[in-house]
Amino acid sequence: MPTPFAILTLALVIALVLGGLWIGQNVNLLPIDASANAPVYDELFRVLFSIGAILFLGIVGLVVFSLIKFRRRPGQLDDGLAIEGNLPLEIFWTAVPAVVVLFVGLYSFDIYDRMGGMVPLAHDAHDHQMMDMKEQIWGGIGSVADASSADNGLAALAVEVTAMQYAFLFHYPQGDIISGELHVPLGQPVTLRMESKDVIHAFWVPEFRIKQDIIPGQPTLLNFTATKPGRYPIICAELCGPYHGNMHSKVIVEAPGDYDTWFSNNAKTTVSEA
Amino acid sequence: MTVAISPPSKKQSDGLQPTGWLRYFSFSLDHKVIGLQYLVCGFIFYLIGGVLGGAIRIELASPIADFMARDVYNQVLTLHGTVMIFLWIVPVVNGAFGNYLIPFYVGARDMAFPRLNAVAFWMIPPAGLLLISSYFITGAAQSGWTAYPPLSITTPAAGQIIWILSVLLLGGSSIFGGINFIATILKLRQPGLKLMQLPMYCWAMLGTSILVVLSTPVLAGTLVLLSFDIVAHTGFFNPSLGGNAVVYQHLFWFYSHPAVYIMVLPAFGLVSEILPVHCRKPLFGYTSMVYSIMTIVILGLVVWAHHMFTSGTPPWMRLFFTIATSFIAVPTGIKFFNWLATLWGGRISLNSAVLFSCGFIINFVLGGITGVALAQVPFDIHVHDTYFVVAHFHYIVYGGSVFVIFASIYHWYPKFTGRMLNESLGRFHFLITFIGFNLCFAPQHWLGLNGMPRRVAEYDPQFTLINQISSVGALLMAISTLPFLWNVVQSALSGPIAGDNPWRALTPEWLTSSPPPVENWSGKAPLVTEPYGYGVPGEQLNLEKTSNSDSDLGSKSQ
Repeated sequence: MPTPFAILTLALVIALVLGGLWIGQNVNLLPIDASANAPVYDELFRVLFSIGAILFLGIVGLVVFSLIKFRRRPGQLDDGLAIEGNLPLEIFWTAVPAVVVLFVGLYSFDIYDRMGGMVPLAHDAHDHQMMDMKEQIWGGIGSVADASSADNGLAALAVEVTAMQYAFLFHYPQGDIISGELHVPLGQPVTLRMESKDVIHAFWVPEFRIKQDIIPGQPTLLNFTATKPGRYPIICAELCGPYHGNMHSKVIVEAPGDYDTWFSNNAKTTVSEA
Repeated sequence: MTVAISPPSKKQSDGLQPTGWLRYFSFSLDHKVIGLQYLVCGFIFYLIGGVLGGAIRIELASPIADFMARDVYNQVLTLHGTVMIFLWIVPVVNGAFGNYLIPFYVGARDMAFPRLNAVAFWMIPPAGLLLISSYFITGAAQSGWTAYPPLSITTPAAGQIIWILSVLLLGGSSIFGGINFIATILKLRQPGLKLMQLPMYCWAMLGTSILVVLSTPVLAGTLVLLSFDIVAHTGFFNPSLGGNAVVYQHLFWFYSHPAVYIMVLPAFGLVSEILPVHCRKPLFGYTSMVYSIMTIVILGLVVWAHHMFTSGTPPWMRLFFTIATSFIAVPTGIKFFNWLATLWGGRISLNSAVLFSCGFIINFVLGGITGVALAQVPFDIHVHDTYFVVAHFHYIVYGGSVFVIFASIYHWYPKFTGRMLNESLGRFHFLITFIGFNLCFAPQHWLGLNGMPRRVAEYDPQFTLINQISSVGALLMAISTLPFLWNVVQSALSGPIAGDNPWRALTPEWLTSSPPPVENWSGKAPLVTEPYGYGVPGEQLNLEKTSNSDSDLGSKSQ
């Protein structure tokens, strides 16, 4: 009677896939999304979570089912079936993960591109940016050009970040402001140029889903556009010494008007803003 | 160099080698003694590493740094990682089981280079003592087991230098072991025994040893350069002297990513030995298993920079390492499906060895899934260096390798000692370990996603409850060690006699007495060309060749 078994298996697989998709879409494990990057990241997370849930539940189900169904009963001293392999089955379970992995790779490449990850390479080739072009900028994500074209043509706000044991310093070149907290206007792209004074640190804002190491001797770049007003933690994520756990700051995302007020209250030099 | 001779020979240096329990404290050349030396020594360091891990979880039970001074906390986490990797998992999955089993599996009377083998083991206790003593004498290293410069150059030099010396010794020991395994597997095989007839653990050890020999010297060279930066103020990795801190990370991970496979591939091999015996079925897909191992070895050498996605790595490199890393999931997946197919339709004894093996499958699948996710650059950028990563790699090295070590101890203990372990205590041990482990590490995924970085002594108070749950899990893991220790000690003294082959297994180590004599077989070494020849379709197993009075102990233990 192979048919009912096949139908049952099919039903179980469908239930598993739907269950996995439901878990991936509905179980939220992430903090709020407060940057333009974050919803893109969350989309990737939900897809990976769905695939992971399907695989994990499926395999755990198979292990538990096998242990119960095929457990040795008392007095049963015979062997199982002498099956040493099954070529079509083995090809199937080589091909399916290969396809899944290929899909995940291409999809995450697309996500990476949408987050602006591929841009810095092209961006280094252009010669008309505000950075000193003789200096190599490493890594980071997003770019000035990309972010400003995406968000209603606002010029990017440039901030220089200096990390040291155990603090972040934010320098706004336009108003010559030095602040211990990062103030950014809502909706405007921000470019952080980061350098460390001593050991390796990292700049991480969980609500923005971005992180970049801050490396002595090698400036790094990070771009983001904040989309939700609020105060979010900036966390050092790279072990930097005994007080590493204490090395954090705040990013304060304000409406453009509030940001301008803060800026003009603190600016040492008067600048006409674009 | 002495080379063990395959055909029966007169016992080497008989009379000079101590017998009885004293031989375990001697420079013994017997591969079985050396294997058990590795195992017991590794387990002692596991207990030390476990105390250190427990100290970390006590500190993290509250959001403020109140249990240890902050620099002591960093020393503790550095020692915890170093001890668990270099003194527990690597020596045990390779040195302990490799030395004990490989000569049996190839049909040899010892390893290819018995003296080198003893030297490799005896480098470990002094290296371990050196590492631990640094805490009491000078203060241990406090830059994490990764020892990234410039931090490792600017923290107190004495502890860091001792750490480097200790890791160099342990790396040297590992290389000696790797050379010995390659030589033994390729050169000491019995005439008539083909490579594709070897038990799977031999293939796992061959692949692992290739990784050890190729990548460990790179770590050694890197650490020597780092020590120059510390003591001689050279500038290889020190940016203030014109060095490059990121180059260190490349060199370090060129070893330390393969190190993950050095910890995990032998575990894959051990599970492939355990499951067929207790399922009474052949290992499913032998050939594809072999090719999977070798694919993992090759891919494992070209994925290291996925540890550096936020280290200022250029986009093309990020993409290359994403793709290479993701594809490791394919051969790894094949192995897991093969084990599932081995379970399917078997006659599975639900004993401690099988429970730990299946616990390994479940834990490792979760670790593998988060691993594929972490390989994706955009995903990793958020969770890199957070508790998500801590959870991920504990699922791989504890949920994976350590579960397999326990499964292997339950499986081979009768061979090691000639006595059976207590099954009820074993299953209780599994239950507490499995619950404790998952309670400890599963919640850490959430912590990392929501903003808790790794290697911190203090954290945002919103994470307190989840951290306390995790600490309760760690407490259960500590408690779970007690029934195991009691079981191992008590059974060695008064456990039921096991007989030669209590599991009715077909691999060669079971075709001799328990414990086996010096030189392994009193007569000619048996030629086993079908190590997984279980299951005759439509027929009862012919028990003649393996039957003995204790053959149904395995079934009693259900």
